[in-house]
Amino acid sequence: MSLGPYASFIVTSYAAAAIVVAILIGWVVFDYRNQTQRLRELGRSGVTRRSGRSAVDTPRTMT
Amino acid sequence: MTLIDLANPTRFLALSARVLPWLAAATVILLTIGLYQSASAPDDYQQGATVKIMFIHVPNAWLSMFVWGVMSVASLGTLVWRHPLADVAAKAAAPIGAAFTFLALLTGSLWGRPMWGTYWEWDARLTSVLILFLMYLGLMALWRAVEDPSRAARAAAVLTLVGAINLPIIKFSVDWWNTLHQPASVMRMGGSTLDKSFLIPLLVMAVAFTLLFVTLHLAAMRNEILRRRVRSLQMMQASRVAFSSEVGTGSREENASKGAA
Amino acid sequence: MTALAALIRRDIRIALRVGGGALIGVLFFLTVVVLMPFAVGPDLALLSRLGPAILWLGALLASLLTLDRLFMADHEDGSLDLITMSRTPLELACAAKALAHWLAAGLPLIVATPVLGLLLNLDMAATGAVALTLLAGTPALTFTGMIGAALAVTLHRGGLLMAVLVLPLSIPVLIFGVAASQAAITGPLSFGAPFSILCALSLVSLVIGPFAAAASLKHGLD
Repeated sequence: MSLGPYASFIVTSYAAAAIVVAILIGWVVFDYRNQTQRLRELGRSGVTRRSGRSAVDTPRTMT
Repeated sequence: MTLIDLANPTRFLALSARVLPWLAAATVILLTIGLYQSASAPDDYQQGATVKIMFIHVPNAWLSMFVWGVMSVASLGTLVWRHPLADVAAKAAAPIGAAFTFLALLTGSLWGRPMWGTYWEWDARLTSVLILFLMYLGLMALWRAVEDPSRAARAAAVLTLVGAINLPIIKFSVDWWNTLHQPASVMRMGGSTLDKSFLIPLLVMAVAFTLLFVTLHLAAMRNEILRRRVRSLQMMQASRVAFSSEVGTGSREENASKGAA
Repeated sequence: MTALAALIRRDIRIALRVGGGALIGVLFFLTVVVLMPFAVGPDLALLSRLGPAILWLGALLASLLTLDRLFMADHEDGSLDLITMSRTPLELACAAKALAHWLAAGLPLIVATPVLGLLLNLDMAATGAVALTLLAGTPALTFTGMIGAALAVTLHRGGLLMAVLVLPLSIPVLIFGVAASQAAITGPLSFGAPFSILCALSLVSLVIGPFAAAASLKHGLD
């Protein structure tokens, strides 16, 4: 597979797509960790939701 | 499984947790196939190897419009049906859509450099995508400007729907403006005469990127639900603290008055 | 009907009195147009070629600047709540307010156009064409801008956010307004086609604007 005279443009665009998608995935994962951790901290300090279920239960099925 | 069942956020969280791994796996598989196929696709006789940029440019351009469509449906859900997950869906989609639109712009201009000789040509399609990108940024600014999520949701829903009505008008006027100022025809991607060896990888990549969006969107919606839980719990905590301190000062005042008596 | 007429009369009177701010828009328009030659140079031929575009940009920015006041003052003194609760449909009330705003802040811009055309070396016919396109196009700017003003007042965030939201929506009006005036002055293109599309855009915004603004006021003010 030869990319011709414009190889750098092709590689740059694929790399840019990869970077942006990686940033999106990183943002989603980081955000998830952040929120679950804050929920856990809140649960530990005794603040729970009125519906009785601990808010930490639901996310735990994921991990 | 209907939309009503999904209205319960807890049920949505449980269901999406079950679906997400499968979606992610399907995305990875399709993306691998698509990348392999686009790598092995032949060179175009006019564009040479730069046609490979199209295999990521076109899916991103498609998604930039598709995501606005998803947000419009969610906005209808917010304003008309008051579906509790609709504003979560609309908010989670905005940054992802903006990212895909940015990619469409970037790859478009990288494709344009060898083809047109400049990074930016005021080509009708690129210009419409640029305006779409500006509208995504405005929408995200609107979401960020307001603290209360439900208030922001209704404002953003109105703006999204107005944008959905306006986008075809903008597209039409930019096309018209472009033909006015640029009578020489710019070289375009093949259109209907697209060869099968390009069409199949393009379709696979489009489906793969759409799946990628669905996966990211579901995950972002989960995060948004959790963020709202954190917010409501924090407000409960704050009100509890305020209440107990109020009680504290009240009793102190009582003591003081007793002491005075 | 009398309620709407009263609303229009009240809004115009408020806009034109001392501190109303409608005439500041004209002053801003004048200042923007006067600034242009300092940016592009005092070349009269170039200025007359750019003239319609400069006038249209100035009018766009000036009408954006005054839009902030469309709902903000009424929200502050509580009369917006009365309008929302009154028996007249909110959509019609919004349309009436926008019409009053256009009469008070949009029409002066068009009246000022001939004077500014003189500064930009436009001849009579060209100035007339620009004024005519502004007359057809500025209602679209006001009515789409009203959506932004309604969003801004429900969010308690004015100014810059509104400009960012409204400006992309006004691109079609700008395109066809400038194209129609260019067509009348130089172009091989006929004046009729872009001008009738401009009128169509104004009519469409006349429908969309009040509904969207009323929706955002209804859902936002609680």
